[in-house]
Amino acid sequence: MAGGTGGGETIMATREFAAHEGHAHAAPQGFIRKWVFSLDHKVIGLQYYFLALTAVLVGMFLSLLMRIHLIWPNITLPLLGDIKPETYLTLVTMHGTIMVFFVLTTAPQGGFGNYFLPIQIGAADMAFPVLNMLSFWVTALAFIVMLGAFFVTGGAPLHGWTGYPPLSAVPTAGPGEGPGADMWVISIALFCIGALMSALNFITTTLDMRAKGMSMMRMPLTCWAWFITAILGLLAFGVLFSAGILLLLDRNAGTSFYVPLTVFSGQIVAHKGGSPLLWQHLFWFFGHPEVYIAILPAMGLCSQLVSVFSRKPIFGYKAMVYAMLSIGLLGFMVWGHHMFMSGMSPYSAFAFSIMTMAIGVPSAIKTFNWLGTLWGGRIRLASPMLFAIGFVSLFVSGGISGPFLAQPTLDIPLHDTAFVTGHFHLIMGVASIFGIFAATYYWFPKMFGRMMNETLARWHFWLTFVGTYCIFMPMHYAGMAGQPRRYSQFTELHYLEKLIPLNTFITFAAFVTISAQLIFIFNLFWSMKAGKKASDNPWEATTLEWTTATPPPHDNFGGHTPVVYNGPYEYGVPGAPRDYVMQTDPTTVATH
Amino acid sequence: MASYTPTVAIDAPGTSTGGNGALPPDWGSDGDNFGSRFFDTRLRRARLGLVVGLTGIAMIFISFTSAYIVRQGLPTLDPRTNTLLHDWFPVPLPRLLLLNTVVLLISSVTMELARRQAARKALAQFASVPGVSVEAKEEISWLALTVVLGLSFLTGQWMAWRELAANGFYVGSSPSSSFVYLLTGMHGVHLLGGVVALLSAGVASMLRRSADSQSILVDVTGWYWHFMALLWVYILCLLEFVH
Repeated sequence: MAGGTGGGETIMATREFAAHEGHAHAAPQGFIRKWVFSLDHKVIGLQYYFLALTAVLVGMFLSLLMRIHLIWPNITLPLLGDIKPETYLTLVTMHGTIMVFFVLTTAPQGGFGNYFLPIQIGAADMAFPVLNMLSFWVTALAFIVMLGAFFVTGGAPLHGWTGYPPLSAVPTAGPGEGPGADMWVISIALFCIGALMSALNFITTTLDMRAKGMSMMRMPLTCWAWFITAILGLLAFGVLFSAGILLLLDRNAGTSFYVPLTVFSGQIVAHKGGSPLLWQHLFWFFGHPEVYIAILPAMGLCSQLVSVFSRKPIFGYKAMVYAMLSIGLLGFMVWGHHMFMSGMSPYSAFAFSIMTMAIGVPSAIKTFNWLGTLWGGRIRLASPMLFAIGFVSLFVSGGISGPFLAQPTLDIPLHDTAFVTGHFHLIMGVASIFGIFAATYYWFPKMFGRMMNETLARWHFWLTFVGTYCIFMPMHYAGMAGQPRRYSQFTELHYLEKLIPLNTFITFAAFVTISAQLIFIFNLFWSMKAGKKASDNPWEATTLEWTTATPPPHDNFGGHTPVVYNGPYEYGVPGAPRDYVMQTDPTTVATH
Repeated sequence: MASYTPTVAIDAPGTSTGGNGALPPDWGSDGDNFGSRFFDTRLRRARLGLVVGLTGIAMIFISFTSAYIVRQGLPTLDPRTNTLLHDWFPVPLPRLLLLNTVVLLISSVTMELARRQAARKALAQFASVPGVSVEAKEEISWLALTVVLGLSFLTGQWMAWRELAANGFYVGSSPSSSFVYLLTGMHGVHLLGGVVALLSAGVASMLRRSADSQSILVDVTGWYWHFMALLWVYILCLLEFVH
């Protein structure tokens, strides 16, 4: 059998079910079928991952331009020229959209979820491989359409990633609001279709494809996270899709869903009676769960890594599952906290505020369980663990300002300031990105058969960890001092003059942090070719992906279907021959 | 190993509370290599996928419904009198929609007959199993009839749109007419998806592809079709009674 793991090997081999009777299809050989239009979830996972990697480079570049413009507003950049105020808004819009959709939603779920969910539950593939391939290609098409917005007349839109009408709904509202904005909406709608198909696949796979013995409560927390994320996606992306269709109709068919009687550039628009609030409700009904779609996979992964690298069972497995479920559930009841500024009834605001602060409870449960797992553990500070601990740190630092912003009285003065920018970047942006990094360092040996360079990984970690704090912590102070967000220029404003040094510091920190990402990218590609050969289970972890060959064969387990006897976090089991017991090891079972 | 004593008795794989077994999925084409014992698994998986997918589709229409209700209550400013008015005037729905509804409901019945017919055909494939005998005789193609009825419904919807336009109700004319076009249009697109699925099952049948893959496709499309019929009744009631 592939990847024997010592003690229980013989028994495992005899206990395994027989190979499938004649595997349906051999691995495809041609380049197109194998790497382009592949049905293999592993290849599709890698496709998603590299799509996200491309997107993150674009998004990072845009953020750098923003930071440069903020402190040197009159600088002329080589090739790009001046950054006009409307160009700045375009940068804000496209940075946000690309990062939220094509990085934070794509890499953790589409990338690692696709690659490892079937393997971790002992399946040969996703439930619907053709649908899986379609999900990826629709997402890739959405990305191409999104980038295309830069190249049409008027350029990319400037309505922000939240696309509030009437700005987003009236083509004459500004440069970029013509064809560019149409492409933006079409891209989002396509993305929704891809995400819905993917969610369908994840949910069906998790419910119906688990190996013998893999009960729901024996699934690794990563699988739980992907499963819950898929449910959130299923319920949320349909709503965004609908909102997008209405926006397209408002833009192109003369309807008035979102546009009230209003005046743009001295002209009365041809719409009346619509309400921008309708869009805000629909958008944020999607938008808040989207935050959890971005961060839940990182939470699952962090739980996994904290346990593996502390050599201890996860503290409170069931509590972790229920905490994630309640975060998912509560996530659908709090969208109004994005709209305190919109003139909401104080009673509604109160309800949304209470529900939002309630999310602090399951979040705290998770945090304490991570700390409880670390406590007294025999901690191995390998690079995946560094990023997992970094995630916990960022989750706390970014999350702690959540209860501030959940209160209308505090949110109203802070809402349009850099405080919010700092808050959501720490928790939704950087924390999730740390999840992606941790996952990359952790699973790279399984995906590519080689280890990543540990020294470079450490440099990458410390520079990124310190760098991102240096970027986003000061933003909280700038916000409290009254620096507005989305403003292209502030250096001429007298009351903000004292914030110029702080902003200069942030920009330099951004330079350093972005440069540090080059270390990661070099390490990624260099290690694929020249990294140290990895064993089948280099981290001595217990889950199913570490029982199979490296990289896993086409059908994941080389003709076998694994049988699961144990929970996923059997570390430091008393009396066992090693300090961990594989999930497939029949010689002992969970005693906790 | 000798000194190692298991702490607890081993769970027999058959008695554990695990999953349903990870059988290889249909890899996308003629996936009947697995024989009859995999048929049930594949059917169950496809139906589960359908239920999940329908949840996603339901969310789309729930969003439209909420937009529909919210939009009705929104006032608009009349710049001449500077007062707030309500601009929601219900569109008189074409009577043709009732006929279309009857056609769609009948198609749901024929779809059910087609679904059962396909299941019988799939079973006939395994008729060599001792004790099981299934008559293989030529029957009416309920599948073709459903496709015809589905296309008739869509044509009828198109004619209803023409009638609306002839009466001066365009997509952008008034908020209620926007919703009539939006809801009928989105439903039509979804039903068209069902027609395409049935056509591909029909083509597969003519090419004598495996009966069980086809039966699964017809089965899930059948349930999808019923959902679309129900959804249509819901949309019609929404447009007719909620304003």
